[in-house]
Amino acid sequence: MSDVQPSDGNLNIRDLSKNFGNFRAVDTVNLAIKKGEFLTLLGPSGSGKTTLLMMIAGFLDITSGDIEMNGKSIADIPAEKRNFGMVFQGYALFPHMTVRENIGYALSVRKRPATEIRARVDEMLELVQLQDFADRKPGQLSGGQQQRVALARALSFAPPVLLLDEPLGALDKKLRVEVQDQLKDIHDRIGTTFIYVTHDQEEALSMSDRIVIMRDGRVEQVGTPLELYERPESKFVASFLGKSNFLDLSDGLHALRPEKIDIRAAGTAGDPARLSGKVRSITYFGSMLRVIIDVGDTTEIEVDVDSWRNTAPLSEGQKVDLTWSDAASVKLARG
Amino acid sequence: MKTLRKYVKPGWFLVAPFLVIIAAFYLGPILNILWLSVTDPTPGFGNYRALYESDALVRIIWTTVRVCIITTLFSVLFGYVIAYAMVHAHENKRNLMLGLLLVSFWISILVRTFSWLMLLGRNGLVNNTLETVGIISEPIAFMRNELGVLIGMVHYMLPYAVLPLLVNMQTLDMRVMNASRNLGASGAQTFWHIYLPLTTPGLVASTLLVFILSLGFYVTPAVLGGGKVLMVAEYIYVQLLVTLQWGTAAMLAALMLFGVLSLLYVMSRFMKVSTVFGGTSS
Repeated sequence: MSDVQPSDGNLNIRDLSKNFGNFRAVDTVNLAIKKGEFLTLLGPSGSGKTTLLMMIAGFLDITSGDIEMNGKSIADIPAEKRNFGMVFQGYALFPHMTVRENIGYALSVRKRPATEIRARVDEMLELVQLQDFADRKPGQLSGGQQQRVALARALSFAPPVLLLDEPLGALDKKLRVEVQDQLKDIHDRIGTTFIYVTHDQEEALSMSDRIVIMRDGRVEQVGTPLELYERPESKFVASFLGKSNFLDLSDGLHALRPEKIDIRAAGTAGDPARLSGKVRSITYFGSMLRVIIDVGDTTEIEVDVDSWRNTAPLSEGQKVDLTWSDAASVKLARG
Repeated sequence: MKTLRKYVKPGWFLVAPFLVIIAAFYLGPILNILWLSVTDPTPGFGNYRALYESDALVRIIWTTVRVCIITTLFSVLFGYVIAYAMVHAHENKRNLMLGLLLVSFWISILVRTFSWLMLLGRNGLVNNTLETVGIISEPIAFMRNELGVLIGMVHYMLPYAVLPLLVNMQTLDMRVMNASRNLGASGAQTFWHIYLPLTTPGLVASTLLVFILSLGFYVTPAVLGGGKVLMVAEYIYVQLLVTLQWGTAAMLAALMLFGVLSLLYVMSRFMKVSTVFGGTSS
């Protein structure tokens, strides 16, 4: 895969907006995407992440703003000239072509010699481990295999940027985790810029170099998975990425992750209790317990307890004290 | 009843009345025609032998096949363009187009045929206008020849060509076309490599439908052909009611029946006929 040009793959998105009639689907988005980066656009449905991706791909016109690659605007370049690979939602494989023909399509429409196409397709088949399926039609493949064909097809012409639109949405949970690892592995090997759209926060956390959290067409926060999880700036980010308790303290709203709270039976010795309450419910998830505690009349606090730590089992209705370290709670910059 | 149920599935009792009706009023007459074709006026294959011996008969069949092939070709070509425009038009416009299509579908074939005479006849609107303006000095012979028959038949067949194509095109996943563009294919390449192959079932369906319906055409050739374009259906009518040679008429009817059936058989060798008519492919 040495044919990716070293300078390619830097994308600069400036003040990008998209209107559908009166509805503003993407609102003044600014993003600098570095070459070779695995960037995830994460947000609930309707947050504008797919619209943003479609504008980058060239399938949607830009209402205002600009997209630049390596300093040059690509806004006026049609989709077929942009040379961006794309893995579509539902894969969009050509149903009447074999796996080999699907993967070789990009090169054959570029009128490359047959021997070159054959060699390249073989290389891609090996990359996605589908050597034995070259002559099958997409309809004869499982969902996971179709996904890999779509990936191989999108990478066949060594694009500087690969766009992925919820590529794992149709797979079952177990397979999804497996394919996540494969995707990450392929990304690390070929050095292509990946722009990945998903609404699945676990997917985003485990794969991305950086995550862009989107809400109502705007960028809510950008950062590495660690930054976003440990230092969310808003209530939306804290609750969308993982779970969070919110505490209205004297200096403003704080987010507190459920797993960072220590719980003990009321009256037991230890650090002074920050909050006290009564256990309302306990749900068992195998590796951990989710405990909901009523604090006062209106507030409920969620605490995740590692199962193996739960040596003195809690019971519903029990009075408990809660403690946490100062570093555990994060003051939110925005509401 | 109980013992009978052991041998016959109860479902058959439900469809039995309809089977009887179909056998009595549909299969019966067809068998009767086949029977007539080998027994009237004398038993044997004399009626079929006429296919070798009578130049007139061969010419009629050739005319029919030629007119039908040309009609099918143009109907499907225009139908493809119209269906494509409808699928890709805005929803309001699509409904308007579908409405116009169905209106022409519902108007009686006689009305439609005669209105072509009004438009394109010797003293029709087009010829009169062109003469008055001075572009032509003699009326152009649009009607009362094979061209007239073709114009009338293509016009009549258009809705039949459009509808199967429309259904086919509406089920296509446009993401597949986007994928083709994304992979660097131009619009023309996407059409030839992706769109056209994916609309083949619709093309086959509308071709079959138009061709089979064209074979039995009677009114349009009779009116617009001006007696110069004699096709099988009209000839059958003449044999039945004028010359009373029922055997020849039955032979021609049987010939058309077998022609259509063998056409379907050939198609079925290439693809599942049920998918063409809307069944699932798996």
